Amino acid sequence: MAEALIKNYTLNFGPQHPAAHGVLRMVMELDGEVVERIDPHIGLLHRGTEKLIEYKTYLQAVPYFDRLDYVSPMCQEHAFALATEKLLGITVPERGQYIRVLFSEITRILNHLLNVTTFALDVGAMTPLLWGFEQREILMEFYERVSGARLHAAYFRPGGVHQDMPAGLVDDIAAWAETFPKFIDELEVLLNENRIFKQRTVDVGVISAEDALDWGFSGPMLRASGVPWDLRKAQPYDVYDRMDFDIPLGKTGDCYDRYLIRLEEMRQSLRIINQCLRELPEGPVMTTDHKIAPPPRASMKRSMEALIHHFKLYTEGYHVPAGETYTAVEAPKGEFAVYLVADGTNRPYRCKIRAPGFPHLAAMDFLSKGHLLADSVAILGAMDIVFGEIDR
Amino acid sequence: MVDFWASYAWPTAKIVLYIIAIVVPLLLAIAYLTYAERKVIAAMQMRKGPNVVGPFGLLQPIADGLKLLLKETIIPAGANRVVFVLAPMITFILALVAWAVIPFGPGVVLADINVGILYLFAISSLGVYGIIMAGWASNSRYAFLGALRSAAQMVSYEVSIGFVIITVLLCVGSLNLSDIVLAQQNIWFAIPLLPMFVVFFISGLAETNRAPFDLPEAEAELVSGYNVEYSSMAFALFFLGEYANMILMSAMTSILFLGGWLPPVDVAPLNWIPGPVWFALKIAACLFVFLWVRATFPRYRYDQLMRLGWKVFLPLSLAWVIITAGVLVAMDWLPDTIAG
Repeated sequence: MAEALIKNYTLNFGPQHPAAHGVLRMVMELDGEVVERIDPHIGLLHRGTEKLIEYKTYLQAVPYFDRLDYVSPMCQEHAFALATEKLLGITVPERGQYIRVLFSEITRILNHLLNVTTFALDVGAMTPLLWGFEQREILMEFYERVSGARLHAAYFRPGGVHQDMPAGLVDDIAAWAETFPKFIDELEVLLNENRIFKQRTVDVGVISAEDALDWGFSGPMLRASGVPWDLRKAQPYDVYDRMDFDIPLGKTGDCYDRYLIRLEEMRQSLRIINQCLRELPEGPVMTTDHKIAPPPRASMKRSMEALIHHFKLYTEGYHVPAGETYTAVEAPKGEFAVYLVADGTNRPYRCKIRAPGFPHLAAMDFLSKGHLLADSVAILGAMDIVFGEIDR
Repeated sequence: MVDFWASYAWPTAKIVLYIIAIVVPLLLAIAYLTYAERKVIAAMQMRKGPNVVGPFGLLQPIADGLKLLLKETIIPAGANRVVFVLAPMITFILALVAWAVIPFGPGVVLADINVGILYLFAISSLGVYGIIMAGWASNSRYAFLGALRSAAQMVSYEVSIGFVIITVLLCVGSLNLSDIVLAQQNIWFAIPLLPMFVVFFISGLAETNRAPFDLPEAEAELVSGYNVEYSSMAFALFFLGEYANMILMSAMTSILFLGGWLPPVDVAPLNWIPGPVWFALKIAACLFVFLWVRATFPRYRYDQLMRLGWKVFLPLSLAWVIITAGVLVAMDWLPDTIAG
């Protein structure tokens, strides 16, 4: 009797696939419905950001950071701004720092809203997504009012933020912060205790704390496994050391924990937002060193020096003293960092970007092995993948 | 000549007219079910739904149908052409054929056969062929996986549906659908057989591949499952077939458990309303739950679905068959047709 050769089923998941979260392509080897191996293919959204930045002045590099993880733009600008400020040796006025923290947390909510709801969509519940987008729309409007753009804000710049908040925005954010907890409650009613949702997510894609550390996890993915690591607490930047908030921790490190942690982080972000709004001091929002920040337009009409500053700033840009820095922020997805090498000119010598999604995606095979096909979709959804930052 | 007219032509013409009288409203109902689905789910998701084509978007389903009709039919190069084209036809025809035995009112039925419920059961079991043929003939991996899932799912849930039907039959003593309705004149079977009603409805969701059992077309995993390679009218036939099955399942639910065309209570203002209206109302209520469930629940995983079917519903319905039979015999409540 001839031996029958049983071949595994190879399925091409993406790059055009509704659950691939962008342009991810995964080659899946399936034994029936059981995943034997997953091979994520990356690079379909590669735009050469790091190389491009080497040919731009420091100010011109800022918008590239919006386009990395396009779901949480301001947090990434934050990393670049902090790195440049560190090399320049300047500090940001207090009001600027508060605004940055405020908008970092708004960004976190923006990001988590998208992730939590698309995760629900990945396991088949479509209503949360539509509800979440209602809230995202409000937050996008805050973005627009403060920076003029809904998505690619280019608002956090080395030295502070581009301009002060328009009149009335503080009140509007405060009014929204009043209503938002109710929205999270509704979301929780729909999903938290839903039997099917729990069956689909509990004990799916479990990773232990050691493994999570070994795979280079960060952010909610790491905290779901029970490691209390949050850069906002561990190495606070801007005014995070004054903020009063808790870090939610998971126990099992499964998809359900990741979901719960993101929900709780939204509540904690709301606490930070409220505190920022309460304590927001008066004063400038950008450093008053006009070698780095543009001078007020009025002074350019009278002061020769101001006019020169303005001209130099928007043609040549400022020179950053030689040096190097690794500056990390707690982006919504995890540790987002910039390794910036300056050679004393007006352009970075090298700008390496550490995207949190990259190590997460690398663990896809590890997390999905032995699970069913439908689980790998849930795992991918809980991972919070955005291809802009992974491919760069 | 007169003899031919009286004995062949006229009856045939009459049946054709009856069929048209059933199928045309059915197709309209399907079209407006898609509209209702979009409106209802839109309301639950705090959006507007179709509102551009015609007043309140009422012409949207017509426009969609027209669009699908005018699109190019694409047959993939690797597909088995005959089976590929046959599959949507089978799905659609089976979905329509089942309506032959549905009683819309007292005596308002195309074929009042004595094995009506068996006929329905057989037709809905055949439905799986359309899907598995589509999945196999498409020669696509997503479609094939979707078709396999669908076949396994429909077969599993038919077992429990079968037992639920047996429970009802024990209480009626007839397989004729009109008799089943008439047996509920005193009390709807949904009340004494409540657990079976629930099992039947959930199995109905699974049988029609609706959320939360929409695994065959789980867009998150399989893009859209067995019909991913279909376009234009072939796709439209699948779509129509699926929605016709939803309506059929709701009709079966109302006939078996909600008293078909009977009013809730046989008192003055309620029994003035004609039977077909009551029947339509009950179908609409069931369909609303179909849509409501879709907006609310996530999707089951393949193994969980199988577990629910074989380890929960099958033992439950089997036990209920025995309990019902036992109670009927012990209390001497057996219907005359069986006892006599």
